[in-house]
Amino acid sequence: MTNSPGEAGFTHVERRPGAYADSVALLQVSKDVAAVDGVRAAQVAMATPLNLDVIASMGFDLPETSPNDMVVAVRLDDESRLDAALAAVDAALAAVTKRGGSSESSEEAPRTIGTAIKRTGTALALVSVPGPNATVEAMDALDAGQDVLIFSDNVPVEQEVALKRIASDRDLLVMGPDCGTAMVDGVGLGFANTVRPGPVGIVAASGTGCQQLMCLLDHAGVGMTAALGVGGRDLSTEVGALATRQAMRRLDADPSTELIVVVSKPPAEDVAGELRAYAETLATPVHFALLGAGQPDLTASAEAILTTLGRTVPQWPMWGSAPEQVSSGRLRGLFAGGTLCDESMLLASESLGPVHSNIPLDPAHALDSSLTAEGTVMIDFGDDSMTAGRAHPMIDPTIRMDHLARTAADPECSVVLMDVVLGHGADADPAATAAPAIREAIASAQADGRRLAVLVSCVGTADDPQVLSTQAQALADAGAEVHLSNARATRRALTLIGAAS
Amino acid sequence: MTTTHTSLETGVSSAGVGIFADALDAQAVPVTRVDWRPPMAGTEADLATVVTDPLRAEANRRAVEAVLAVQAMVVDVAPAHEVLGLQKGEFLHAGPPLSWENASGPMRGALMGAAALEGLVEDPEDAEALFASGEGVSLAPCHSRRAVGPMAGVVSPSMWMWVLEDPEDGRRTYCSLNEGLGKVLRYGAYAPEVLERLRWMSRTLGPLLAEAVRATGPIDATAILGQMLQMGDEAHNRNRAGTLMLLRDLAPALVTSDADPSDVAEALAFMGGNDHFFLNVAMPACKLQLDAARGIEGSTMVVAMARNGTEFGIQVAGTDDEWFTGPAQIADGLFLGDFGPEDANPDIGDSAITETAGIGGFSMATAPAIVRFVGGSVPDALATTRRMGEITLAENNRWAIPVLEFMGAPTGIDVTKVCRTSILPQINTGMAGRLAGVGQVGAGLVTPPGEIFPKALAALATRTRSRADRSG
Repeated sequence: MTNSPGEAGFTHVERRPGAYADSVALLQVSKDVAAVDGVRAAQVAMATPLNLDVIASMGFDLPETSPNDMVVAVRLDDESRLDAALAAVDAALAAVTKRGGSSESSEEAPRTIGTAIKRTGTALALVSVPGPNATVEAMDALDAGQDVLIFSDNVPVEQEVALKRIASDRDLLVMGPDCGTAMVDGVGLGFANTVRPGPVGIVAASGTGCQQLMCLLDHAGVGMTAALGVGGRDLSTEVGALATRQAMRRLDADPSTELIVVVSKPPAEDVAGELRAYAETLATPVHFALLGAGQPDLTASAEAILTTLGRTVPQWPMWGSAPEQVSSGRLRGLFAGGTLCDESMLLASESLGPVHSNIPLDPAHALDSSLTAEGTVMIDFGDDSMTAGRAHPMIDPTIRMDHLARTAADPECSVVLMDVVLGHGADADPAATAAPAIREAIASAQADGRRLAVLVSCVGTADDPQVLSTQAQALADAGAEVHLSNARATRRALTLIGAAS
Repeated sequence: MTTTHTSLETGVSSAGVGIFADALDAQAVPVTRVDWRPPMAGTEADLATVVTDPLRAEANRRAVEAVLAVQAMVVDVAPAHEVLGLQKGEFLHAGPPLSWENASGPMRGALMGAAALEGLVEDPEDAEALFASGEGVSLAPCHSRRAVGPMAGVVSPSMWMWVLEDPEDGRRTYCSLNEGLGKVLRYGAYAPEVLERLRWMSRTLGPLLAEAVRATGPIDATAILGQMLQMGDEAHNRNRAGTLMLLRDLAPALVTSDADPSDVAEALAFMGGNDHFFLNVAMPACKLQLDAARGIEGSTMVVAMARNGTEFGIQVAGTDDEWFTGPAQIADGLFLGDFGPEDANPDIGDSAITETAGIGGFSMATAPAIVRFVGGSVPDALATTRRMGEITLAENNRWAIPVLEFMGAPTGIDVTKVCRTSILPQINTGMAGRLAGVGQVGAGLVTPPGEIFPKALAALATRTRSRADRSG
């Protein structure tokens, strides 16, 4: 524990070994404590390396910790505020860690997925614990004969293979790890949009890719039987599409699925080849929407699916408009969705050449931890490396919005491309944070004498809790040009930067 | 499993980030929220290895089946030199392997008393030099001879043993006769009256019981355990109903024997006056059950928890006879007379075999009469039994707990579940005085040292990996 008076008020940093709350809960705690009178800044977080960086960057001295410790860091007007601040920490922690249920039973909440299933006989498990702990929870579901969705990322690939082999042997489905999105029995799991029922069954090795396709198809009046996420690595050589095959088998056996769509980030070529051969053995037709150089983008895939189903391709909606003339400069992409980032990089690299990224198409163009480079830069803030021990940017926009402000101040930057993803699980009102940040970015660039364009792909539906049109309009009112189609937003950005093909 | 989509009518179990459970609530899907916490430090990789071991599920299913199938029958009472082949100078003790050098006070006291009982020394005090020299004496865990011993658990050749047998396969387990309360050898006391009582037990009580058991025929200890749990015993710190039922079964044969009626009366009074008399039958009954799971490759079930007064050790079905040990803890509880925590020895005895089998602290809910003695309230007792369900593989339906809607005793501690939840087995225990010769100072609750479970898990993970390497 360190107490140090200083010019920047009074700081207090405290390690709480053995305390635990999930990253989203702690976000709420930090927010609640920061709002207390006399508290200038507060960060309550698990002591993961990333969180320690954040706390250090706020100017706190770090105690010795292990990742299972909780760290409470507060900056106060003066020492007299400490008791009140710590009381607020305890109250906020008590509020978020309160065990649910007002039942008259004195039974303690289950401590494992296995106990939860045993007690209540649920049909499916959803695991979003930290990655190194996900396999044991998922295994409980498989042992109980149930499918499991593993939202967690940072699960070692050999554990993923082990789980999926066992599931395959037992005719069960492991969705994930790193599966952001699924829809089963009409219910959205993880980050999920509200779409109508219909003839398309999606198998997705790409969360935001799945969401983009679902939202485009829903806008075109075509619904889904199911969306089965399989995790971003399923189509890698190591995993060998174990879950994709299982999901395809499931959809093939479902009489209401008329068309199976497999959507993925760039897959391993041998695995994609085997899958195409496997698809030939199924009774249901399969459409592959596999991103890659020279392959159709997701919007083009949606259009092809509509054509296959004999539906009309609609006008893809947009809101607001970017200035036709922008200052000369570079394109910067700030994404929450990895597949949307991939798609934009593939499109941009056709005309702009190499794109620097933390998830580069070519390892030669990997960004270092500064996340800056000469040239075109696109960052996936939802990547594993950015979410270890903290919430996904679709829930916690802090890092991405900070980066937007920095990007706007960069004289090299003239066009910013972003995504805002709606649906269950995502921020209840992302525009409330993003719109002011966008307005400020445009204004600060203008104050520097530059014209900055902000293009947003807003992935959502009319029935999403946040309502697509409401969010899109709010972002447009802040000065952004908003598209439902990420490919359209990207192409528009390329036009503005003078690189349109 | 259907080939079409899962129906979510029965809901979703969710562990981790609360917003995903909230999102399901918002969609009117029933959600069971897991109160997830990080596992014991450093166990993540081993846990993942062990839970994905292809042998585990089936191995644990077999282990549970084997344990629950055992019917422990009392078939005989006989001297240790006969049934264990124990020779003069050989001593058994509770817990994992131990040397005289690191033996605690009560363990030393019990060994000294036993040495005098066996005539190796005249005065128990003289035995210290004998054990220190190690000449002509040897120590081995009770568990190494398929026996269990309460507290110090010292067994010497002339002591009489309960003999329990599984009629299915003829396996046997053993335990000495309970010597009563107060100043007793198992708590490290070795005063003349202690030795005199032991001599009477070998001379009179043992032979009487042997005759009665042989005349009465095998007595079903497992069934008595089931009944006593319904009668308010948890069969570790409270054995009143069990003792009376055993007495009921043996009394006719005792009174019709050729023995001197005053010896019979003395034996009946001794047993009836000692509420713990049945404990020494409950313990080998539990061991007989758990031994049925020994050696099942891939099983993560704990088959023994035992303490020698210095160390606490566990053995696991999937790791043969390897002990995983750590320092024994001091129990938290109530003290007799003027004794206090400073007088107590660290945890000692093989009696945690009862908890290993699902009774004792695990079935605390069924024994409201003693919850205060072991430092708790009735709701605590109910919560404890439910909590033990988080770390066990099965419920034993033959041992039903009425107050929990006849839930079966939580049985078969799973090393992986202990590491995942950090919930440690709850053990009801007596406390021995720290110094040799003192005897009992209290009773209370204790848990194993947490680190022995990650050690056992690591050994299971090593075996899993080497098996995978060999096959792959």
